[in-house]
Amino acid sequence: MSINYIYPEYEVVRNDARCIRCRVCERQCANEVHSYDEERNLLISDEAKCVNCKRCVTLCPTHALKIVKSDCRFKENANWTDDTIREIYKQAESGGVLLSSMGNPKPLPVYWDKILINASQVTNPSIDPLREPMETKVFLGKKPDKVKRDENGNIICKTSPQLELSIPIMFSAMSYGSISYNAHASLARAATELGIYYNTGEGGLHEDFYQYGPNTIVQVASGRFGVHKDYLEAGAAVEIKMGQGAKPGIGGHLPGAKIVGDVSRTRMIPEGSDAISPAPHHDIYSIEDLRQLVYSLKEATEYKKPVIVKVAAVHNIAAIASGIARSGADIIAIDGFRGGTGAAPTRIRDNVGIPIELALASVDQRLRDEGIRNNVSLVVGGSIRCASDVVKAIALGADACYIATGALLALGCHLCRSCQGGKCNWGIATQRPELTKRLNPDIGSQRLINLMTAWKHEIKELMGGMGINSIEALRGNRLMLRGVGLNGKELEILGISHAGE
Amino acid sequence: MKLKEGQIRIPSGCAISAVISREGKRMTGEKIIESMKPMHDRSNGLGGGFAAYGIYPEYKEFYALHIFYDDNTSRHTCEQFLKDGFEIVRAENIPTRKHKNITDEPLIWRYFVAPLASVLARMQLDEKEYTARIVMKINTEIDGAYVFSSGKNMGAFKAVGYPEDVGEFYRLDEYGAYLWTAHGRYPTNTPGWWGGAHPFGLLDYTIVHNGEISSYDANRRFIEMFGYKCTLQTDTEVITYIADYLMRKQGLTLEETASVIAAPFWSTIENREDKELLKYLRCTYGGLLITGPFSIILGFNGGLMALNDRLKLRSMVVGEKDDKIFIASEEAAIRTMEPDAENIYSPAGGEPVIVRVKEGVEL
Repeated sequence: MSINYIYPEYEVVRNDARCIRCRVCERQCANEVHSYDEERNLLISDEAKCVNCKRCVTLCPTHALKIVKSDCRFKENANWTDDTIREIYKQAESGGVLLSSMGNPKPLPVYWDKILINASQVTNPSIDPLREPMETKVFLGKKPDKVKRDENGNIICKTSPQLELSIPIMFSAMSYGSISYNAHASLARAATELGIYYNTGEGGLHEDFYQYGPNTIVQVASGRFGVHKDYLEAGAAVEIKMGQGAKPGIGGHLPGAKIVGDVSRTRMIPEGSDAISPAPHHDIYSIEDLRQLVYSLKEATEYKKPVIVKVAAVHNIAAIASGIARSGADIIAIDGFRGGTGAAPTRIRDNVGIPIELALASVDQRLRDEGIRNNVSLVVGGSIRCASDVVKAIALGADACYIATGALLALGCHLCRSCQGGKCNWGIATQRPELTKRLNPDIGSQRLINLMTAWKHEIKELMGGMGINSIEALRGNRLMLRGVGLNGKELEILGISHAGE
Repeated sequence: MKLKEGQIRIPSGCAISAVISREGKRMTGEKIIESMKPMHDRSNGLGGGFAAYGIYPEYKEFYALHIFYDDNTSRHTCEQFLKDGFEIVRAENIPTRKHKNITDEPLIWRYFVAPLASVLARMQLDEKEYTARIVMKINTEIDGAYVFSSGKNMGAFKAVGYPEDVGEFYRLDEYGAYLWTAHGRYPTNTPGWWGGAHPFGLLDYTIVHNGEISSYDANRRFIEMFGYKCTLQTDTEVITYIADYLMRKQGLTLEETASVIAAPFWSTIENREDKELLKYLRCTYGGLLITGPFSIILGFNGGLMALNDRLKLRSMVVGEKDDKIFIASEEAAIRTMEPDAENIYSPAGGEPVIVRVKEGVEL
């Protein structure tokens, strides 16, 4: 028997001169890192349990704590890194698949950071959003191909159902179960206040949240959890989830430990049973099957709600999106490989799928080449981190963006990437009552509203700088973008010129 | 190597001017040429041009194609190509007079043509669509040939130079038109290519435009879905195609077209009686909303529409006298054409000024 050397990844550094033995760290840590030794009147740490979520650091009243990466490491090796070695030890011991959470943390290219935005100088004026109207309103849904007139020659102003957004951003799918009741409440209330939408994910819709239906997108995923007539009718739109950026090609697994009480009722499955979403929809093995589900859902909702089809960004995404556009979908949502998750096999999260920037650029161009771009709206996510990412995405051709990790950060997430453990100290990715109560939905929703309001201001400033006063005029306006440090092929796919050209 | 128009996007400032007789009375080109003189400083000698409507009454059933050729080889290629699809009833040099400020002219030809009925039947196209497609094919595929005017009973005339010199060069004093539009260009680069001057036209739609639109690439990528190819990378070109698409292909009226390209703000739409229609148009044709500064005059058989961007970031004034309506970047230009012009005003941003020749007047 060999013994694995797995030294704790982090060190808890406690400044004993500052520590007042209030024991807040001990009470706050669901991972039970901290404990109090009465005999010695000392707080001690079991660092092996620490996930570096910073809850104790944040709440320590005397700033006595910090968590640092341990410098007790393996012998340096650029090929066999610490992570790689540690993962091998874990698998040698367990024989299992490695699990991890949130987005891909690997240093793969982030194209947003290699794209720069234009501004007006001399030949046309920039526009000051404080003085002039600056419009960010967006309508998502299929647009008519051809104007129809009545017998008097007046245009018949009827369109397919549309989603109206005050800003081109929505909260992306996160199921009730993977995140807490209070997290959902915060998202739902903020979306309503902001005039945008949040997304139920595949966990059904808690009865308390039906009141936010006009700002809710209800999801139908491969497990069909929580899907019933009232649910479909409650939302403003229905999303078919075919795939997710963090784990393209596989399903989902919410462990039985999280299927408690309301979660079990909302998902319509027994308490304690694992909620397993199959990898494919077993009624969709091909594009023509997708069309049938799209129209089944439209029939069920009397053609009053747009249907979104969400897919992960994979290699052949342009052709796939074109097929979806021809299958009756009103909106296509594409999720890039940096997208977050409650839990995914590490190897899949880090190695499957393609960056959203490239997927978006090629899908938008393909839909235009086929003349069907106006038949469908494009929403992109995974990962949109800030207002300039939104502006770049719109200029590449998106109608709107999905954000989820950003929203969780606003709610207090510190990206410790341990959601799969179910012990989220911030009350977000957990169902334990003593933890979920830490997230106050009054404060949570206000922070989401603040974040979106701030981004809206920034989007307006960036638009005004370009001399653009309406978001429609930014959509697909790739001349407003330049690449920096990108090779010819990357520029060709993104459809932009290099800086200086 | 210097890039020519189309290989690079060149921002320009400009002067525009127009006059129309609501009675359909013919005017020579002298007045419109004069109107460009007080706005001399709005151009920089790198492009000027005119569009004239009603100038070919004897050939009004035929498309008048005005074409620049680099040389006789490109002319032969193009003429051979035209013969496959059109009956050519007349082919000639466009008359010009030597002018010291206009040099390096290409070969400048015009043809009066009618599409062959057999070709239209085979391709299942109406004659306008067929002609538009052929024009775009020549401009993109025949090296050294460039069609710069393609409507019936109208024509565009343009060159590298100041507009007043261009007008004299083309002997516009010898034409009679009920509608003239004019353009002087101030490009920031010096491509020196005649095809890059304005007006830009497709069929009988012509655009003279002052501004640099910030929505250019959004508009271009939208309109290119519908068979248009923006080869010049100019605002004028994309605006012409937008007008052609909305009016000829989608059947929108001028007013509806104005509500697409200079759509009212949502806050305005909320309070309008026709808000349902305005919302429909803005939502459906969002990709054709034009932002950034522009003042344009769209000419067509029987009338014109002048329009400013919705923030009114470019000057444009309107005046009238008797049967005539005058529109220009500056009042001085109107006063040159008609010292006693009345009711001079600046239309609001996004407010279309539509003038048509009276019904029943033979054009």
